[in-house]
Amino acid sequence: MEKKKKRGFWRWLIASVMLRLILIYLPKTFNLASRPEVSTPLVSLRRLAEGYWLKQSSISPYAGSMYHGSPLLLSLLGPLTVKRIEGQPNHLLCSLVFVIADIISALLIRATGHTLQMAYRQSLNSLDIVDILKSSDLLSSGDIAALVYLWNPFTIAACVGLSTSPVENLVVILALHGACKGLVPLAAFGWVMATHLSLYPAILIIPVILLLGYGPDTPPRKLFLQKGYGKNGDSHSSDNCGQQETNQSKAEVTFSSRPVIHFLFWSSLWSTYVLVLCSISVKPHGSLWEMFQRTYGFILTMEDMSPNIGVLWYFFAEVFDFFRSFFMIVFHLNILFMILPLAIRLKHRPCFLAFIYIAISSMLKSYPSVGDSALYLGLLGLFLDELADMKFSFFLLCGYIGVSLLSPVMHNLWIWRGTGNANFYYATGMAYACLQIILVVESVSAVLNHDRKLRKISVTKPRDGNS
Amino acid sequence: MELPPRWAFLLFLLLSSTKASGSAVDKEEFQEELLLKPLPDRKVLAHFHFETRAPPCNSNGRRHHHLFPKAISQMVEKFRVKEMELSFTQGRWNYERWGGFDTMSSNNAKPPGVELWAVFDVPKEQVDASWKNLTHTLSGLFCASINFLESSTMYSAPEWSFRQASGSLRYGMLPREAVCTENLTPWLKLLPCRDNAGLSALMDRPSIYTSFYHSQRLHLTSNASDLEGLNPGIVLEQTLTVVLHPSSQRTSLTHISESYLQPSWSLSSIFGRKVNGRCALAKSSKVYLQLERGLVSELKKNIGSEGYDVEANFELSFNPDRVLTEENSRHGIGSSLLYEFSVDKYSNSKPFDLGLTWKFPVIWSCQQAPLHATRFLMGSGNERGAIAILLKSTDLNDSSPVADSASDGCELHVNIFQIVPWYIRVYYHSLQLFVDDQLKAVGAFVEKIHVMPSKDKISPGMMEMVLKLPCGVKSAALTLDFDKGFLHIDEYPPDANQGFDIPSAAIIFPNFHASMHFPSNDSERKSPMLSKFQESSPVLSYTEVLLVPLTTPDFSMPYNVITITCTVFALYFGSLLNVLRQRVGEKERLLKSKAAAVKTGRPSELLSRLSTKLRGRSQEPSQSPSESSPLINSKLVLKVLLMAALAVAWQYYFG
Repeated sequence: MEKKKKRGFWRWLIASVMLRLILIYLPKTFNLASRPEVSTPLVSLRRLAEGYWLKQSSISPYAGSMYHGSPLLLSLLGPLTVKRIEGQPNHLLCSLVFVIADIISALLIRATGHTLQMAYRQSLNSLDIVDILKSSDLLSSGDIAALVYLWNPFTIAACVGLSTSPVENLVVILALHGACKGLVPLAAFGWVMATHLSLYPAILIIPVILLLGYGPDTPPRKLFLQKGYGKNGDSHSSDNCGQQETNQSKAEVTFSSRPVIHFLFWSSLWSTYVLVLCSISVKPHGSLWEMFQRTYGFILTMEDMSPNIGVLWYFFAEVFDFFRSFFMIVFHLNILFMILPLAIRLKHRPCFLAFIYIAISSMLKSYPSVGDSALYLGLLGLFLDELADMKFSFFLLCGYIGVSLLSPVMHNLWIWRGTGNANFYYATGMAYACLQIILVVESVSAVLNHDRKLRKISVTKPRDGNS
Repeated sequence: MELPPRWAFLLFLLLSSTKASGSAVDKEEFQEELLLKPLPDRKVLAHFHFETRAPPCNSNGRRHHHLFPKAISQMVEKFRVKEMELSFTQGRWNYERWGGFDTMSSNNAKPPGVELWAVFDVPKEQVDASWKNLTHTLSGLFCASINFLESSTMYSAPEWSFRQASGSLRYGMLPREAVCTENLTPWLKLLPCRDNAGLSALMDRPSIYTSFYHSQRLHLTSNASDLEGLNPGIVLEQTLTVVLHPSSQRTSLTHISESYLQPSWSLSSIFGRKVNGRCALAKSSKVYLQLERGLVSELKKNIGSEGYDVEANFELSFNPDRVLTEENSRHGIGSSLLYEFSVDKYSNSKPFDLGLTWKFPVIWSCQQAPLHATRFLMGSGNERGAIAILLKSTDLNDSSPVADSASDGCELHVNIFQIVPWYIRVYYHSLQLFVDDQLKAVGAFVEKIHVMPSKDKISPGMMEMVLKLPCGVKSAALTLDFDKGFLHIDEYPPDANQGFDIPSAAIIFPNFHASMHFPSNDSERKSPMLSKFQESSPVLSYTEVLLVPLTTPDFSMPYNVITITCTVFALYFGSLLNVLRQRVGEKERLLKSKAAAVKTGRPSELLSRLSTKLRGRSQEPSQSPSESSPLINSKLVLKVLLMAALAVAWQYYFG
């Protein structure tokens, strides 16, 4: 049975790789590389190639406003954009790198899923309510999440559409995986790289620290306390066993600061390392300051107003100049505002917290692409058990499909045919943002409800046992 | 006689010094010339050339000008302009028909709109500031929107392709500037006689502005330091080049051959005016009629068998004072002829109205640049496209202009200089080169390339490139992909849907030099126009201005967009916060109270609600473990303490 499951997973994985390779070999692949949904100014490989060309002709890659990515990515992927193999598609090597990144991400998601499931099962076991987990009949949630990530059309589009978001997603997943497994250096590396590549994952430091401090997702801590009290109260006939269990559950709740300090140490180490590497690679033409201006500054000031699936481009193309900085601050703070409430409410589920953070930042970031959505939709699969009774899930599915079909149509009407105008495309962006909001809100409320349910069960269960 | 030799010497000194100073003032001089040239496509080119010279500044820096426009000299002094050229052009020079390989086309064929370049004699870090001031000055001087060139997105600093100027050159173009009589009038004001007398009196506004091409140019060279001694002071060269279509005087086709006959014209027929003598302040005032090489050889062929002279083909209404034949050692295809007329002898009573009447039909063609350059856009839609520059070989066998430097293994060097505004985001790595319609490696033909990539809203993109093509090349094309940018709503011009202009690219052939040498009369100084012709300058041509349509946002939408986007943000923030702050017991309580309401009647529902409200959660914990009550108590205490602390703080800071 277990073997069969595994074989099924690998079969699907290989099938998804085959699909990607076929799409790479198709001529032009629907012009995915130039679709605004896929390649934003930050992740476009074409801009990376331009940056590499500038660097090769001994100009700073940041000289124009073409390239806004990391200098490390430039030196890794740059040579691949130039290398051509006779008779093969132009960007074959880069595409292969992205396919490999996707596979690794999927495997990491799977491993993370297994870890999470084990830990969760264990913690439920300690609460005696393990039977509420519907033992998933076909595949474990990790496998499902990995397959969702691999087969998500958004992931495939981002992978085949020559954007660097598979690499960015990979490092984010690396950070989460490292934190889940307790591999501090890996988590630190993932977090530092993810922050370096796209800035927004910086907020993941909270879930990563929580993960390292408390361990993977558990039911709310109060439950363990109550359970402990209940056990205490129940077993006044007192055998050692009950006492031990209480200690155990208490030990689980405590925040262990050792790995966190390790994490901070490692991340400072990695970030100095990354900065040194960057300064070496930008040294001949410019300075680190220029790099920060051109990467983080570009993200924060929203200079490029070319359309994307986000909500900010049209806003900043239309807003009056004297309000610009105000709204810039407000919109970026909007991401930060929610960090604390979410962290307080979901501190017992750091992985889910990370998922929510990623979803929020990919919704509100300045240059979102479908690659970002692919990441959080893949992570969504990890929480299948918790989100089982989420509301509006069918509506959300239809919404996602509808938006992803309508957005190219509207873009075509506006840009190519000239029969529509910018509002058409903006409307799909708005709809997409609303869908993501519903997804975030509903998943948070579903998880909170799930916790309530757990509490109810765990409160009522001992009684049942007693009576 | 009785003066002692010492006094005599002093007197001599005095006299000589006054004489010297007098000559220095007299050196300020003005010359006016007009060149007329029949063009192969039945048009006539009129090229006015005015030159004003001022001697170099005296040591005290103050100067009294007799002829030289004060505004210009002040400008030169203030901004330390070494060399400057400003041109206002309307229409496009037709390189195929009007010639692409002579001094006329490479000096006076200008891109449409305004072109301004200037070389400054200031330290490098001050060049930009000087440029900005200069644009404003010129803008005021010529009633044009040259001040738009102030913004750093509009100008660039070519390093070697346009002309050698080690970093102190700035170059800017305004392709959409509408040139009209309001620009001509201030330009004429710089002339000593304005348009009241002399050759400039010919400038009849309607006939100039209905012409096919007119380009009004102002070239300024200043040598503040009189080291060279050759060309001291400020030289202001003003030219106006007009291509006119003479309305044929004999419209009735009496003879079939007359349809091939070139139209006959006179000054009064093309300008509607005559020359009533020279400008009194001008040192010399001359009119030239040029018959170019191709025409002369054709005329010779026409008549050669009959043994007539070239002049037998046409009839001039006035006898030329001189006939100059071009000295050409290299070209050997025949040399152009220049008929010189001096306007000095004509006056109001006897106006000068030069007319040319053709007797026999003649067809000739102009000398072409080695490659004819065109530029066009590729692709459709408003997202991306490509710029293509196509260099097509003109028929070289016919009038083969041999490269000046024939020794370098027959290679054709082509400099391409192109400025692209920032909203056209060019991918320079996508440069593709097609030689004779075959895709070639870029490195094989591009000898040197210098790229300044564009920065959004800061600087335009600039490309300088030297192509090294084999001589027998039929065509060469290079393409560059670009993405179209999206602008802020305020950055669009009022007619946003018309599109945006990409200024002309300059194509320079550095080893082809166009110059014409006419035998100089040593007795008098050579005319400035002819000496200008004699200067060897590389053949230069400009490509077309490209019109790129960009997508526009909805200009009526800003409020809607702001409100809708903010609504979405509020939706996100509010609903997420709402979910987060919902308490565990709240929903259950709500359900319970509802159930209670269903059970009991209406009035009791209210009562029960009131009672639950009053008692708060004291009712609730009855089911929950008793341990939670101290927890709540401690929370309550905490809240009270917090409120108290807040109140104290409030009192402390604001009370």
